[in-house]
Amino acid sequence: MDPIALKSEFPILHQEINGHPLVYLDNAATTQKPRSVIEAIKRYYEWDNANVHRGVHTLGSRATDAYEGAREKVARFLNAPASRQIIFTRGTTTALNIVASGYARQTLREGDEIVITAMEHHSNLIPWQQAAKATGATLKYIPLQPDGTITLEDVEATVTAKTKIVAIAYASNVLGTINPIAKIAEIAHRKGAIIVVDGAQSTPHMKVDVQALDVDFYTLSGHKMCGPTGIGALYGKEQLLENMEPIEFGGEMIDFVELYDSTWKELPWKFEGGTPMIAGAVGLGAAIDFLEQIGLDNIHEHEIKLTQYAIERLSAIEGLTIYGPRKERVGLVTFNLGDVHPHDVATVLDTEGIAVRAGHHCAQPLMRWLKVSATARASFYLYNTEHDVDRLAESLVKTKEFFGYEPIR
Amino acid sequence: MSQLDDLYRRVIMDHYKTPRNRGELDNESVTVNLNNPTCGDRISLQLQLEDGIVRNAKFTGEGCSISMSSASMMTEAVMGKTAEEALQMADNFSALMKGEPATFGDYEDVEALSGVNKFPARIKCATLAWNALRKGVEHGKGKHEGIEE
Repeated sequence: MDPIALKSEFPILHQEINGHPLVYLDNAATTQKPRSVIEAIKRYYEWDNANVHRGVHTLGSRATDAYEGAREKVARFLNAPASRQIIFTRGTTTALNIVASGYARQTLREGDEIVITAMEHHSNLIPWQQAAKATGATLKYIPLQPDGTITLEDVEATVTAKTKIVAIAYASNVLGTINPIAKIAEIAHRKGAIIVVDGAQSTPHMKVDVQALDVDFYTLSGHKMCGPTGIGALYGKEQLLENMEPIEFGGEMIDFVELYDSTWKELPWKFEGGTPMIAGAVGLGAAIDFLEQIGLDNIHEHEIKLTQYAIERLSAIEGLTIYGPRKERVGLVTFNLGDVHPHDVATVLDTEGIAVRAGHHCAQPLMRWLKVSATARASFYLYNTEHDVDRLAESLVKTKEFFGYEPIR
Repeated sequence: MSQLDDLYRRVIMDHYKTPRNRGELDNESVTVNLNNPTCGDRISLQLQLEDGIVRNAKFTGEGCSISMSSASMMTEAVMGKTAEEALQMADNFSALMKGEPATFGDYEDVEALSGVNKFPARIKCATLAWNALRKGVEHGKGKHEGIEE
């Protein structure tokens, strides 16, 4: 694949920020959108827009076809057995909350256990805290190794016969760690638990096969994979979804409504109350087309190389600390530059046209584990190049010099 | 990097690297813990208020050069001032962040933070300590109870 050619597909990337060509390295927060995605959304609104599942008219059929067509694309993309196992959500957060409010609260009993890790994003942590509080279940953590990985021995030790749910990120948004999901799923199932996977940081960057992984629930966010904001998906095993009660009630999700009782539509629509994010789904479908054309394996390989290069270049800067494992990781590098606060680092980089994230990355327990209050993070995608990494490294050296001496005025 | 020189003037870096009034009081009349949940900056401000006057002020906390230097300057600016004067200074600081000219009695260091105005994402860093001051002084007058994070 040719990242420079791919970059030309992204209109936003061709601009100057503070007098410098933009280097966008905040892809773990959100990715930019290719022309094909922007065009698909535009086309939908200019030609096909109507409400879904109810219009007898032509536009209603077209909108429904576009929406359900996008669902089929997501199902194929994840190798789900059937598109009725794909529920459109607002994003990963909503998808995880559906599992925590639906499955967890409806099945957990006092004394049951939920197992997560200390590297989870708040969206795969707080829903479980709340579900534990509501049901009397216990929340347990798989400990982290010094390099920010977990061991299968610790998974074996933490997941017990009392464990009903194991919830874990496929890839960490801070450390970049890729967790061995298939093996963790095997352990969870052997002990009678289900596994819920936060796929926000893995789905955009590597081939995901929910059947090969044998996960029970899988979640993703469209905006982190070239799609629009406000759309994501929840995959679930059919029997689990069938047994779950809906979370939201209203239009679109009902079968028969009587004065004092109602019945629900079948899967997946019983979980999609209200008019859905139709244009968002269309945009996500276009994003999947775009990614499949490049090939997820190619994207993953490109990012591994780029991340290795970034680790080499950044490690050479004296005083710079990189967090997370050195291999088996997705395309991001989280770091601190000596005692320069990450906000100050991000501000200096911004004046050089480089966008990075600074802060706690929605992972406060992980920041405490790292014994820092905040970090800076550069995260890559298919359009980033070694030149971008060079610009980052050069600007970090400048940042260090800037804070190393006091500017004379 | 002249834009940066405006943001990080020598006086700011001096307060960051050698903060004034950093620590805890043993005779405080009010403690305010404030954090900024979006970025993780936090401050704990202690004020000794006596006869409507800020007799002493100390802070601890974690944050970037802007938030910590602002806290350092704020404690120096309000020391010995009346509660009303301190609140007026907090107002003046808000004005400074909007790009308006503002003074802080005879204490000039704070004006160095005027460059923050050109960095909208950093304004909340600079205002954290002053918001803590405002809450502390108001609490000291009994307007707010049990102010916590």
